[in-house]
Amino acid sequence: MSLLERTGVAMTPGNIRTRKLSTAVVLGIAVAAVALAAVVVFGLGIGNWVLVVALGGVFYLAGVYVAASRVEGRRAARNRTWSALIHSACVLAILPLASVVWTLVSKGMERLDGDFFGSSMNNIGARDPEGGAYHAIVGTLEQVGIATVITVPLGVLGAIYLVEYGRGRFAAAIRFFVDVMTGIPSIVAGLFVLSFYVLIVTPWFNDGRPGFSGFAAALALSVLMLPTIVRSTEEMLRLVPGPLREGAYALGVPKWKTILRIVLPTALSGIVTGIMLAIARAAGETAPVLLVAGGGAAINFNAFENNQSSLALFVYQQAGDASRYAPARAWTAALTLVALVLILTIAAKLLARRNQLTR
Amino acid sequence: MAKRIEAYNVSSYYGSFKAIDNISMTVEPKTITALIGPSGCGKSTFLRSINRMHEVLPGARIEGRLTIDDQNIYDSDVDVTAVRRMIGMVFQRPNPFPTMSIYENVVAGLRLNGVRKKSLLDEACEKSLVAANLWNEVKDRLDRPGAGLSGGQQQRLCIARTIAVEPQVVLMDEPCSALDPISTLAIEDLMFKLKDRFTIIIVTHNMQQAARVSDRTGFFSIDKTGDPGRLIEYDDTQKIFSNPSEKKTEDYITGRFG
Repeated sequence: MSLLERTGVAMTPGNIRTRKLSTAVVLGIAVAAVALAAVVVFGLGIGNWVLVVALGGVFYLAGVYVAASRVEGRRAARNRTWSALIHSACVLAILPLASVVWTLVSKGMERLDGDFFGSSMNNIGARDPEGGAYHAIVGTLEQVGIATVITVPLGVLGAIYLVEYGRGRFAAAIRFFVDVMTGIPSIVAGLFVLSFYVLIVTPWFNDGRPGFSGFAAALALSVLMLPTIVRSTEEMLRLVPGPLREGAYALGVPKWKTILRIVLPTALSGIVTGIMLAIARAAGETAPVLLVAGGGAAINFNAFENNQSSLALFVYQQAGDASRYAPARAWTAALTLVALVLILTIAAKLLARRNQLTR
Repeated sequence: MAKRIEAYNVSSYYGSFKAIDNISMTVEPKTITALIGPSGCGKSTFLRSINRMHEVLPGARIEGRLTIDDQNIYDSDVDVTAVRRMIGMVFQRPNPFPTMSIYENVVAGLRLNGVRKKSLLDEACEKSLVAANLWNEVKDRLDRPGAGLSGGQQQRLCIARTIAVEPQVVLMDEPCSALDPISTLAIEDLMFKLKDRFTIIIVTHNMQQAARVSDRTGFFSIDKTGDPGRLIEYDDTQKIFSNPSEKKTEDYITGRFG
């Protein structure tokens, strides 16, 4: 008796064919499971259709496992159960996202008009249905734009240092502190810029008065964006195969040129994704902007002087406003913010792809 | 054009691990030299020491003298990139640059070293691809990605890329080990053609290949795992494969060891 026979595992089955559960039967089990769940839930009066779907899913899993193990065998039954579980996990993960998008679109449509994008909240009282987020859009674009200009070169160059040059303790220390920075809460970044830049640095140039500004908000956002960009760029650069670098060195190409012309273009699309994630995160931050830019109702194009608002801050302020017209503005602003990030991401992806050859 | 390479007592290290011990050999211009031996015996390390590719890895260093026409390439005032431009290298696995087209791959070395003139690049591209036996297969699709070619074509593309910068020595690290017999034959033919212009050193696990293509053969070996690799015998290929003077060489090429 061979070892495999003794363990009872049929490693070399005589027959490679097996009976299959037909699709009709699987569908039948699904319908029966949902019907059974409906009977149980409504019969006992313990819930609504959400519970019916959840319970129906559980019944379906059990039913399909029993049926499949009868017809197809245990391995196939487990396969069916797990793939059903994985698919339902996927649906569960997408549901909240779809729900958020749907809520934003349905509630945000009410004020999605030209006035919203063309006017600010200046001189808008609690009884005025008008008012818009022009000033907030300007603020978000300027603050995130400045933060991006600051962090992208710093972050990408820092990642290049860590991957291509950094050796030993110094690099390890930098990597550690970047990791720590990733976990900094945004309010702490805001407080840091408030206590250092706004309260200590700006009074020197401002007759001793602290200067709140969009630039200060950009600084706070930079603190948040930098670690994300460094880490994601680092991961992407590490994915570039070593033989590619050696191939360039073997042609007598200097190291810096190899990095610039071979390594970076190869990793570009991933680096851009990381940058966009950082931008999306920064664009959605409220606390730092509230602390160091102060918010404001009027349009202020100058990011270096006086208060500025931002879309996230606008949402926060409108959502808490007593006016009955404010919630609609908040929803539309939230929709605008999501659309803005989406458009930026798509644009960046297209730009990165243009540089890459397609098969 | 082609240059003589001489190694005097070369030892290479990875950190504290000594990979090759005290290797001395002379490679004459316009010859093909094959380096054979069991895995882990330091053939590739020695090859990578010749164009200072060894030191790319962290902790790697070298002792001894390696000269190309009597200039020590490890002198402190030597520019590494100049050495590598003079001594090109083809790797085991084809490594075309994935973001570049076939054309850009071939002229990458020239372009990244500052050659801008389109007519010059065009000429170098065609010349190198013709020399690498690839021109006829790709001349109509030079703007397609280099990574889209088959494995054998990619390797010939890498050879074209290497000879486009007109080096004087070409090092090949098992260039055919990932290729089918037809592509291998194409590359061996190519090596015969290139011999008129370049000094070629090739590392190979395929002894028939060493016997077919090379003029001189060096046999590397180690006594046991963890010991540094040594050059056991270095002689005319004819002699190594018919009447080697060392017992170890004979055992290896007749398949009794390694």
